Parts: sequence; C-alpha cells; structure tokens
Amino acid sequence: MSDNTAVIAVVTIAVLVVMAMALARAILGPTLYDRILAVNMVGTKTVVFIALVGFLDGRPDFLDIALLYALINFIGTIAVLKFLRYGDLGKASEEEGDI
Amino acid sequence: MALAADIASWILMGAGALFLLIAGIGILRLPDVFTRMHAAGIGDTLGAGLILAGLMFQGGFSLVTVKLVFVLILLLMTSPTATHALAKAALAGKVKPLLAEDLEDRKSKR
Repeated sequence: MSDNTAVIAVVTIAVLVVMAMALARAILGPTLYDRILAVNMVGTKTVVFIALVGFLDGRPDFLDIALLYALINFIGTIAVLKFLRYGDLGKASEEEGDI
Repeated sequence: MALAADIASWILMGAGALFLLIAGIGILRLPDVFTRMHAAGIGDTLGAGLILAGLMFQGGFSLVTVKLVFVLILLLMTSPTATHALAKAALAGKVKPLLAEDLEDRKSKR
C-alpha cells in the first residue's frame, strides 16, 4: 500500500465515522427537523465518500455517480421540506419571494 | 513535483477530515436544530470542499478534475439552499430557536 492510498483510506474512515455520528443524530431526534438535517448531512458525506472510494479503487469514473447522488440528495431534501411545510408537493408558495 | 502535489493533497484532505469530524461532533453535542445546522454547514462547505480540493491534486489536469469541480460547485450551491429551506420549514413548524435563558433553565433543572 503506497502512502497515497493510506492517506485516502484514513480520510475515508473519517468520513465513515462522521456518517455514523450523523446517523446517531437522525435516530436520537428529538424534532423532525433534526432528523432531516442529519439525513441531508449523511447524503453530503456519501457524495464525498463515493469520490474517495473511486480514487481508492483507482477508478475515478465513480465521480459520475457522486454527481448524480448530490443532485438526488438535494431534490429529495427540498421535496420533503416542501411537503412538510405545505402538506402538498404541487402547491405554489403563497408569499411573494419565498422558498 | 509529483511529490509536492501529493503532499499538498494530503494536507488538504487531512484538514478536510478534521473539519468533517468537527461537524460530526457539533451535530451530536449542540443543543438545538438551528445550532446544529450551523455545525452541519462547516462539514458541507469546508469539510467536503477541502477533501474534494485534495482529490483535485490527485486527479491532475484531466476530466476527473473537471468532474470534481462540478461536484464541488453543486455542493456549494445546494447545501446552503437546503439549510435555508430547513430553517424556514423549522420556523414555520413552530420550532423556536433556543435562547441563553432557556439554556440556563435547562441547566438548573438538572
């Protein structure tokens, strides 16, 4: 194992530890929004993790998957938040200039 | 020259891992949703940003680096938007930000 692979492996393990911490917060709660925040964080960390594993494997093509995952993670979070706030995914915002 | 790029990438990735761990500790230890959002923001911008910048040094001048830049730009644009939407949804969902008085109350109750 070269020095390079060792460093990437250590960083990958750190990312896994952080994902475990975020999952612990998602389980502990206490409010719904804590859980969404934690799940969103796990998603962001997954993007970094996929990129790192691609380099670890010597197959950086994995980055395409990371890119797709980042998009899906964002859309998913926004969809859940919109559903929570308006109770409906199709409804437009009533206030002007609001998300 | 290759060694210099490698060392730069190790330093960047190490710093990124450190910031990710700070974000992880913050999301576990801080007292309410809004402060936890602040902790998660560190991991999303500095943590992921520094690690991806470190990987760019590994990729060199190639398509891989271009893809890494795209991932980084996407993360930098989407994660503040998601956090903003989350804060708005939490406020609309009647979650009040924790104030200093509330923290003192919590301590005296223990």
